[in-house]
Amino acid sequence: MVRIASGQGFWGDWLEAPVRQVEGGAIDYLMMDYLAEVTMSIMQKQRARNPDLGYATDFVPLMERLLPLLVRNGVRVIANAGGVNPRACATAVCDRARELGLGGGGRGRGRGRVKIGVVTGDDILERLPDLLAAGHSLANMDTGEPLEAVLGLVQSANAYLGAWPLVAGLRLGANVLITGRVTDTGLTLAPMIHEFGWAKDDWNKLAAGTVAGHINECGAQSSGGNCMYQWERIPGMDDPGYPIIEASADGSFTVTKHAGTGGRVSIPSVTEQLLYEMGDPENYITPDCIADFTTISLSKAGKDRVRVSGVRGRAATDSLKVSVSYSYGYKAVGTLVYAWPDAVKKAKRADRILRTRLERLGLTFEEILTELVGVDATHGRLAGKPDPEIAEVQLRVAVRARDAAPVERFSREIAPLILNGPPSVTGFAGGRPKVEEIVAYWPALIPRTEVQSSVEIIEV
Amino acid sequence: METKKKTKKVQLVKLAHARSGDKGDTANVGLIALKPEFYPLLAKQVTAARVARHFRGLIRGGVERYELPNLNSLNFLLHGALGGGGTISLKTDAQGKVFSTALLRMEIAVPRGLRV
Repeated sequence: MVRIASGQGFWGDWLEAPVRQVEGGAIDYLMMDYLAEVTMSIMQKQRARNPDLGYATDFVPLMERLLPLLVRNGVRVIANAGGVNPRACATAVCDRARELGLGGGGRGRGRGRVKIGVVTGDDILERLPDLLAAGHSLANMDTGEPLEAVLGLVQSANAYLGAWPLVAGLRLGANVLITGRVTDTGLTLAPMIHEFGWAKDDWNKLAAGTVAGHINECGAQSSGGNCMYQWERIPGMDDPGYPIIEASADGSFTVTKHAGTGGRVSIPSVTEQLLYEMGDPENYITPDCIADFTTISLSKAGKDRVRVSGVRGRAATDSLKVSVSYSYGYKAVGTLVYAWPDAVKKAKRADRILRTRLERLGLTFEEILTELVGVDATHGRLAGKPDPEIAEVQLRVAVRARDAAPVERFSREIAPLILNGPPSVTGFAGGRPKVEEIVAYWPALIPRTEVQSSVEIIEV
Repeated sequence: METKKKTKKVQLVKLAHARSGDKGDTANVGLIALKPEFYPLLAKQVTAARVARHFRGLIRGGVERYELPNLNSLNFLLHGALGGGGTISLKTDAQGKVFSTALLRMEIAVPRGLRV
């Protein structure tokens, strides 16, 4: 049995979670997912300004805090914290390991026993012109538009690697394996392949490990966090246990969490996570296999234990998904709060005044969106008619344009409404709306044969 | 009416829980029966067409439905639901996180004697 613990569901997740996973009981692997689709473009910008950046910087102090214990307990870490610069991330972790006396020349208990693995090959930004010239259109999977249309605006381009390059890193003995764009599921599947020696075409087992990865990839979202089922009765959410997969060689596994932690692992909590961001459940496509989520069987196996079995899979496709980010335009969001009486009427009037002024200024936007928070922002007309006696309403107006200028001008039109618009308005403490650059996401496919990954080990 | 009605209207929130997420400009809603015996009712009545009607005006594209009887669940894809999706969207709920509860507002007819 191999225990694979989830420590982060995204860059910005609870900093205490990975520490608690390592300190709270026995585990073999700690996986951490840092990369949302937008994250890569943020990192790309950071690397453009400083060639030593472009990764999840939080990972380095975390490793500093955890490395001695990881070494002592023999826990191995797999994280896609490397972003667009996995080598720089690995170097920074190596430096900290040496400072901790874990290097070859050190005197610490774990000296010379730390190997940092780096997986690269996902970054295809510089190869884009060649790939297009070779006839790969990298067409947008949603719209069909060829990448050529936005090529000059592209900021990052990464193929999603699967579990196998990570398996190679584990075989080389990495204690800490740092990757760039790797599928979230691959981070959990890789140690299973490594420990159990699964074959490249053992599709049912690879699919089972992929399902385990889907359960692990969003942190506490499978162990009681954001769980709608009896949410008020989920205990100890000030200290939720993050999920741990106890995997068996036959592909079946149990989802659990450390004893004494809060949260809840139940069939409803796991089912909610299984359906999260689900497309066609019979065709959950990854670089490693196609998993069929309609074959999953869940059963209760004790308190905070759910057994998962029966997963079936099929052969992987010939393509890898590519995530391209490109500069799209600008947006800003302005908000004001209107109080009783007639809060809704006042907010609507302010919106009309604002729109008239924007029009008079001759500003053009791709979109202007008005929402009344407390009335219709999340459920639209399904929320029904608002209570006429409602205590307050937040007017939220958002605009988007390809050019910065109209968005800049919009950001100056909110505050004046406080003194020259409808009465009993407040809530402008945040100041002028921030103009944000929009970096948009462009999903595409590329033949698998065009992407070569590699692994290197850095001895500390 | 002569005969007494054999059914009653119940909001889905009494019959199911749900989670939603995004893929580009598409929101997904996973609808999970609170009890296994509720699943056939959901499968029969919460059709793609019914969900499309429920969200009319709120989404720009169509609705697809997938069945996961093994999890007593249905999965819906609501296309054109997120104002462009991702970083382009101006919506508060740009990632479609609470389309789940918006679906739970729907009412369906269940047998009068059903305990919910």
